[in-house]
Amino acid sequence: MSDRFVIETSDLRKQYDGVEALRGLTVQVPAGSIYGFLGRNGAGKTTTIKVLLGMAHPTSGSARVFGTPADVPAASVDIRRRVGFVSDEKDLFDYMTVDEMIRFTAAFFPRWRADLEQRYRQSFELPADRKVKVLSRGTRTKLALLLALCRGAELLILDEPTSGLDPAMTEEVLQALVAHVASEEMTVFFSSHQISEVDQIADQVAIIDRGRAVVTGALDDLRESYRRIRFVFEHDAPEATFRAAGAGRVRRKGRVLTVLASHGADGIVEEAGALNPVSVEIAPVTLKEIFLETVTGED
Amino acid sequence: MLLRPNPSSGVPIYLQLMEQVKHSIETGALRPGEQLPGIRPLAEELVINPNTVAKAYRELEHEGVIELRHGAGAFVSANARAKKATDKLRAGQALVTASVDRLRARGVTDEEIRRLFEAALALTKTGVHGE
Repeated sequence: MSDRFVIETSDLRKQYDGVEALRGLTVQVPAGSIYGFLGRNGAGKTTTIKVLLGMAHPTSGSARVFGTPADVPAASVDIRRRVGFVSDEKDLFDYMTVDEMIRFTAAFFPRWRADLEQRYRQSFELPADRKVKVLSRGTRTKLALLLALCRGAELLILDEPTSGLDPAMTEEVLQALVAHVASEEMTVFFSSHQISEVDQIADQVAIIDRGRAVVTGALDDLRESYRRIRFVFEHDAPEATFRAAGAGRVRRKGRVLTVLASHGADGIVEEAGALNPVSVEIAPVTLKEIFLETVTGED
Repeated sequence: MLLRPNPSSGVPIYLQLMEQVKHSIETGALRPGEQLPGIRPLAEELVINPNTVAKAYRELEHEGVIELRHGAGAFVSANARAKKATDKLRAGQALVTASVDRLRARGVTDEEIRRLFEAALALTKTGVHGE
């Protein structure tokens, strides 16, 4: 049990009908972070969330939320009481009005925050008497978010919170999340395939690919340690493999050799010295580049 | 006063914030003793993670650029302007780094660069002494 991590999975595996959705996922979500869970569609993001909420049982490995195993039914009830969850589908009752939907949800949560409800009703400009059925996608998202934010949850789990929203609406949702985390002590775990929004508000990130976390860590640490090193040679670039720690994918094209370093760029440059490059350039790498370099391409 | 950092530049956001605060002090937009925005309002305004703002402030305090007073917030250090010496060194370091990069780009090896620097230093030294 660890208080530092709100969510901890270890070698988590999940098979559906012979398909491996999760293939040894290990992530640790520190308390108080905004954790971006980044991956392509089908990488295993939603499956992970289902396991965390006790809606799917892991085939093997462990998943803990607040230090308790997510697949034990009794624990799962406690977990769901302390977690605000917004699914990709934004599960709402279409026949209710916005106001009825809020009243209905509030009744289930003794720690419902009427103060926050007032704040978000106003800032989200929610039409109280409008039926949920006729709401735009953006307004639907904001209503679902209000319902999750006001229940006094310690952890917010959001599955693709901004999917289908225009840039202005996306910004509004991100702003609400940042403001909420700044004023309430809570952790946000959100899945996304939008690199830009993870870049903007996350302080911790996991890049997930085919059911595995391929990159994890503090986002600013990744920005600080990842480098792209570009060597230019007099003639065709040599076939080179690097033993230096941190050396990742190596690409050769004509006279140019490019190495992606997760850390230790200096060691790689030093090692390349023996190959006599005529020039060396070291450049920072963006999250987008890290993502594209670490996830596998289309099947 | 502070602008939105560019999250996709590859430069850590807390470093971008630190640079902005330092630049504001250099240009006089922020003066010694003046208060910086609180962590929460700034995170909301810039739509960035509050932990990132907190980290930038901690690092700025560590460098002596600002002071964090318990419960009161963050203030520009009274002696923030007296940091010219470190600024000078930092600017110098940037020049040296740029020169080294250009020399490397021309195929000069590190050992040669080291010798060139040492030679240049030795030359100016003897020059100063007037031989």
